[in-house]
Amino acid sequence: MSKLVLIAGGSTLVYACLALLMGVLPGIELSKTPPGPGVLPLTALQIEGREVYVANGCSYCHTQQVRPLPQDKIFGRPSAPGDFAYQTPELLGSERTGPDLTNVGVRQPSAVWQYIHLYNPRAVVPESIMPAFDWMFKVVDQESPGMAPVPLPKAYAPVRGVVVPGHQAEALVAYLLSLKQPALPTAGNGEGATVIPSASTAASAPPADSAAGAGSHDVIKGKALFTANCAACHQVNGEGLPGAFPSLKGNAAVNNDDPATHIRAVLHGLQGAQVGGVAYSSPMPAFGGTLSDTDIANIIDYERSAWGNHGRLVTVEQVAAERAKGK
Amino acid sequence: MQTSIAAHHSSVSEKDDRALASMFGAYTITATLWLLFATAIGVLLAYKFGAPDFAPGEWLTFGRLRPIHTNATFYGWASLALVGLAYYVAARSSGTRLYSVKLGWIGLVLFNVAAVAGTIALDLGYNDGNLEYREWPWPIRLIFLAALVITAWNLIGTVARRNTEDIYLSNWYTIGGVLWTCIIALVAILPWYQYGLGQVSVSGYYMHNAVGMWFTPLVLGIFYYALPKLLSRPIYSYALGVFAFWTNLVFYPIIGAHHFLFSPLPWWLQTTAIVFSVAMLVPVWGGSANFLLTMRGRLRDLVQSYPLMFIFVGVIGYLVGSTQGTFEAFRSLQEVWHMTNFTVGHSHLTMYGFVTFAIWGGVYALLPLATGKAPGALGLSLHFWMAVVGSFIYVISLSIGGTIQGLDWIHGAPFIQSVVDIQPFWVWRGVGGLLMFLSHIVFAWNVWRMSFGPSTTAPLASAHADEAVA
Repeated sequence: MSKLVLIAGGSTLVYACLALLMGVLPGIELSKTPPGPGVLPLTALQIEGREVYVANGCSYCHTQQVRPLPQDKIFGRPSAPGDFAYQTPELLGSERTGPDLTNVGVRQPSAVWQYIHLYNPRAVVPESIMPAFDWMFKVVDQESPGMAPVPLPKAYAPVRGVVVPGHQAEALVAYLLSLKQPALPTAGNGEGATVIPSASTAASAPPADSAAGAGSHDVIKGKALFTANCAACHQVNGEGLPGAFPSLKGNAAVNNDDPATHIRAVLHGLQGAQVGGVAYSSPMPAFGGTLSDTDIANIIDYERSAWGNHGRLVTVEQVAAERAKGK
Repeated sequence: MQTSIAAHHSSVSEKDDRALASMFGAYTITATLWLLFATAIGVLLAYKFGAPDFAPGEWLTFGRLRPIHTNATFYGWASLALVGLAYYVAARSSGTRLYSVKLGWIGLVLFNVAAVAGTIALDLGYNDGNLEYREWPWPIRLIFLAALVITAWNLIGTVARRNTEDIYLSNWYTIGGVLWTCIIALVAILPWYQYGLGQVSVSGYYMHNAVGMWFTPLVLGIFYYALPKLLSRPIYSYALGVFAFWTNLVFYPIIGAHHFLFSPLPWWLQTTAIVFSVAMLVPVWGGSANFLLTMRGRLRDLVQSYPLMFIFVGVIGYLVGSTQGTFEAFRSLQEVWHMTNFTVGHSHLTMYGFVTFAIWGGVYALLPLATGKAPGALGLSLHFWMAVVGSFIYVISLSIGGTIQGLDWIHGAPFIQSVVDIQPFWVWRGVGGLLMFLSHIVFAWNVWRMSFGPSTTAPLASAHADEAVA
């Protein structure tokens, strides 16, 4: 009997100590991590949306952690411990079949886009393999006041009636749009904002131009950047979605020889824009914080020469000059 | 220190033998049903990667079925099958009857109730936070914990009645595994240290311990019993097995944070996890060498015995899968592979190539001894070859596809490019997965034959005879 006690009891005692040391104690210590500056608790609707996110297993394909690695720059600054103060259950995830969502509220601030994308992701991203969450929406006969219909492309819209978001969809989108990284205080004065050291470069500042002043546009790079940053709304064919996102094909600002409006739209984003007499409710995100002048010049030059557009091409200096003017 | 698994059966009546056999059979049968269910869901999920609008709607959406697949595999299939085997091994290697057949059946019911309730809860959207392998709502996980406690009690009680001084090594692993997992389940449920980043560290701990301190020790316990039994020769080195037991116990609990490299978890926690991931090579290579050396020079027996072939694949799966795990823990390789489908390939290499093949080897080696009914040769070979070829295609395709994903990200391609580039490999994964699923149908048929088919030998008679030889 004593042998059994020794093996079963002894090993279990050793294991209990290790579980305490590697599971419970770090848990106790890290649970006390204070919220970082600007990290806010969620509103009641956002909390509900987070529950919808969890119930439908969104985090099996979408992470919510930005690593201090160059390839994660597109998702925002590296995550800091203080970012997770109000994140219980934690949704860091371990799989990126879809993109990271840590900062999606900044990257994709348009509720209209989020609704279309949730209803059927392929309506805005043809190659997407995300499930359709159309069961979170209702089909109603007619527009009723205070209930804006989702402007679905014809191929995805129901034959009869219009689609309006249900309560779950509203909560989920409220949550997604709340996912915004607050800026980290500059090094030296921020507690709880220590970024994990890494062999790789830190990624919070906009990347510096590798070939500043090179001037010549790079169509292949511009197209890739357009696909990564712009095509979700303006679509690969540049035509946007009628009623939701304006077309860039034949767009006045894109074809104007004075590129200021075009450059400023990409740098600073747009809110309540009027394009070709149509008012668009969706905001356009600002790219000045994440893309370099060279990248922006490449995107703009691509837009100005693709889809039959004939706008005068811009230089990196012109983008830099507009950036210097400020918002 | 050398203990033979030979044991006297003077204290065991035929009635006890029958009770043990029917309980072992019941665990195996319900486990098999869970395997069929879990992998049918797996095939559907694989299909959805190519046809996302197939089987739409709330109840069949990817994010609800995915945890159903993983939890049913873990807690339905592998856990039930391993507990059934552990009971059989405990009783036979101790030369005694079970401490309580009744407790064994109660445990079986509780495990199954938990798995059914957990599956339903997940499909209804009651998911405890998408925290991997602990998604069932916590009251359901309490039922599972109760089943574990009963199992531990029953195994200890059985081994306490042994008629030898020594405790056979298998029981160290199985009893240890069940007891440690009680602690794991408790740590996962208690809420007080699981806020924000604190919960991240608990997730890292839990994710790896639920695998490495539950499935691994139980499977190793099966190896240590079934291999000597099938080969009629003792394990190569009993001392090496004891050494691997203690090193596994000390190193494994520390490596969990390697699931969160480059996350905001403290840097020291991540580095410690990497160091001990390397240290894991000691018990893994020690254990694998022990099994392979036990099989040395017996190639003829190996190719003539499907139970041995299954166990051989299981040992290789243990060696390759665990070694791969060590390498994946390096920061340089994590930069490429983390968050890609490479990880999914790894988890199937280990949960399938190691755990599942080992269970099959154990069931094919031991269930016929308990029931006196053997499966046919055609069923065995169909099962073996479809499972081997299927899992090979599965793991290779996701390893290549995952690497491409990771390189796409590093090269700064638009994100959607990584989704497009991996598509062909998802198709191959589906092909492999389908073969795996078909092999499970054959396995179910074989289990039927071993439980309700025609008798080939007298129940347990041959077992007694064998043990006299060993």
